[in-house]
Amino acid sequence: MSGQSPEITAAPPVLPAAAVGTTPDRPTPAPRRRRGSKHRPVWEERPSPVGLALKGLVLTLVALAVLFPLWTVVLTSFSTQAETLRVGGLVTVPGELTLNAYRQILSGGVVSRAALVSVGITAVGTVISTVVSVLAAYGLSRPGSVLHRPILFVFLITMFFGAGLIPTYLLVSSLGLINSYWSLILPGAVSAFNVLILRSFFMGIDQSILDAARIDGAGDWRVLGRIVLPMSKAAVAVVALFYGVGYWNAFFNAMLYINDNAKWPLQLVLRSYVLQGVSLPGGGTTGQVDAATGVVSGLPIQMAVMVLAIVPILLVYPFVQRHFTKGVIFGAIKG
Amino acid sequence: MALDALTRRRGTSAPAPDPVTGAGGTAPAPARPPVRKIPLRTRLKRDRSLLLMVLPAVVLLVVFAYVPMLGNVIAWQQYSPYTGFLHSPYAGWANFERVFTNPLFLDAVGNTLVITAFQLLFFFPIPILLALLLNSVLSPRVRTTIQSIVYLPHFFSWVLVVTIFQQIFGGAGLINQTLRDHGLSGFDMMTNPDTFLVLITMQSVWKDAGWGIIIFLAALSTVSPEHYEAAAVDGANRWRRMWHVTLPAMRPVIILLLILRLGDSLTVGFEQLILQRAAVGVDVAEVIDTYVYYQGVVYADWSFAAAAGLVKGVVSLVLVLGANKLAHVFGEAGVYKRA
Repeated sequence: MSGQSPEITAAPPVLPAAAVGTTPDRPTPAPRRRRGSKHRPVWEERPSPVGLALKGLVLTLVALAVLFPLWTVVLTSFSTQAETLRVGGLVTVPGELTLNAYRQILSGGVVSRAALVSVGITAVGTVISTVVSVLAAYGLSRPGSVLHRPILFVFLITMFFGAGLIPTYLLVSSLGLINSYWSLILPGAVSAFNVLILRSFFMGIDQSILDAARIDGAGDWRVLGRIVLPMSKAAVAVVALFYGVGYWNAFFNAMLYINDNAKWPLQLVLRSYVLQGVSLPGGGTTGQVDAATGVVSGLPIQMAVMVLAIVPILLVYPFVQRHFTKGVIFGAIKG
Repeated sequence: MALDALTRRRGTSAPAPDPVTGAGGTAPAPARPPVRKIPLRTRLKRDRSLLLMVLPAVVLLVVFAYVPMLGNVIAWQQYSPYTGFLHSPYAGWANFERVFTNPLFLDAVGNTLVITAFQLLFFFPIPILLALLLNSVLSPRVRTTIQSIVYLPHFFSWVLVVTIFQQIFGGAGLINQTLRDHGLSGFDMMTNPDTFLVLITMQSVWKDAGWGIIIFLAALSTVSPEHYEAAAVDGANRWRRMWHVTLPAMRPVIILLLILRLGDSLTVGFEQLILQRAAVGVDVAEVIDTYVYYQGVVYADWSFAAAAGLVKGVVSLVLVLGANKLAHVFGEAGVYKRA
């Protein structure tokens, strides 16, 4: 666009594309100088129609492979039992809709209790893990402090060598934590990897700011609370989300340590009731699995339990997307 | 994961050698700050809040990571919960001999390696290909939308993923339902040992391909568009540009993830497999971790299971260190510098 052609001078003043787009009475756009995407640089050759179609097809299929199962699960959870019987299983086209399944699982009983257990473990666990990790990361963020290297190695070694399932189980059981919710929180409360992520983030903060605060008489607690934390909200939030998603999704530790099924978290109920098709003892959901018609009769309820397990993930996902992909990991990869 | 990568940029702010970054600098012995001259007691006093901050995490790691490491002594004992660690009789290497001569353990090792190899071939390249494809999409909106969609299942639990697959591919699942509606005979993929490898690989792809895509796209975002432009001006068509510009940019990340996967060869989706072991059967679905779990926690053969688990832990450690060494030989950064 060197402005040699007379049309350019006749055209409206060159504005950024967005500004032009928002002008209410936009003049008819001048004939475009090159066809195709506005994002394509000049030097890039135009794609062949076949290639373009193929690319679109593959990407559409990939997106559908993720979205379609979710769609049919959610739709079935809102469908009536009669509807699932009519189509013989999962509902793919909206028919008769109802909130019945949710009313049943949320009106007390096994599923509600399990959901509360999961929420509680996730909340308490995330707070503990995040606080402990932030403190440890800050405590390790000043090379040259007393015992800095030995302590760092204490963290690093756990990333390369795990103790193993059996000794860990025996330890938890000899601490008397079997059937205690602490068994779901304490053994995995600190992830050395997350501590190191936070540590490298804290070390990236301009040290002169921290030094200035120290000269003014601020101790390390105050420096952490007043300067470092406010400057690293996004990183701390991402690590908290890592922990939170981990606690919410954990199922094997509960299978290992929680024998009393009245104390089961949601993931174990999901496994038992939906994956294995076992009807749960007690509570409002018993008898939903009709012996005469098979497991299918409880389908909307089963799908509602699945949706219940997905919802918290969906709630935090936009945040994860924004901060996680842009901030921590991109920084990590770019180095 | 990307330990080395994520700490490397700190090289300028951390003059002292750092175990995470390896050296941080080029000088073999960087000038240390005169910290060492200060008496220990003064330094302890100065850094006591730092030590206090690290304390809770160190206590948790010592109790729940290091004490169990020591707990592996039961692999050399005839452990029983009634006699405990301290009073169980010493058994020498007998448990390890049992492990290495046990056909079921060897089967589990075989299954583990087969699954790892299959997934390296059919899972590992998929995020790379999809990242290349997405990277060639010009519209940023389309690109980020697809990215967000594909990334989502990474945050689902394995219970959820396996359940979703059961609802789609299982005996009463959607596909069978459709097949039967059209008068065709159904097949239950969830309980078929012959297609099990394909099934778990599909599950892994569904859950984690998006995660890989994000990492590869992040690597690609570091490539300056000028490289592409220069290549195009020099007459390189799109395939040559991919070969000479895009792929070299991805190479360090590909090698890093490959190393991590190789080091983790003996670990294959424990939660994924333990959820499906009963449905498919131990012939194909028993891997080392599930074997250890069943022998120990279910059948209470504690010492034997601990020995099997310890063998796996030690071999894994050797594999990680070896894979990293291999990366260094090929001139790549690897997971960490200087073992």
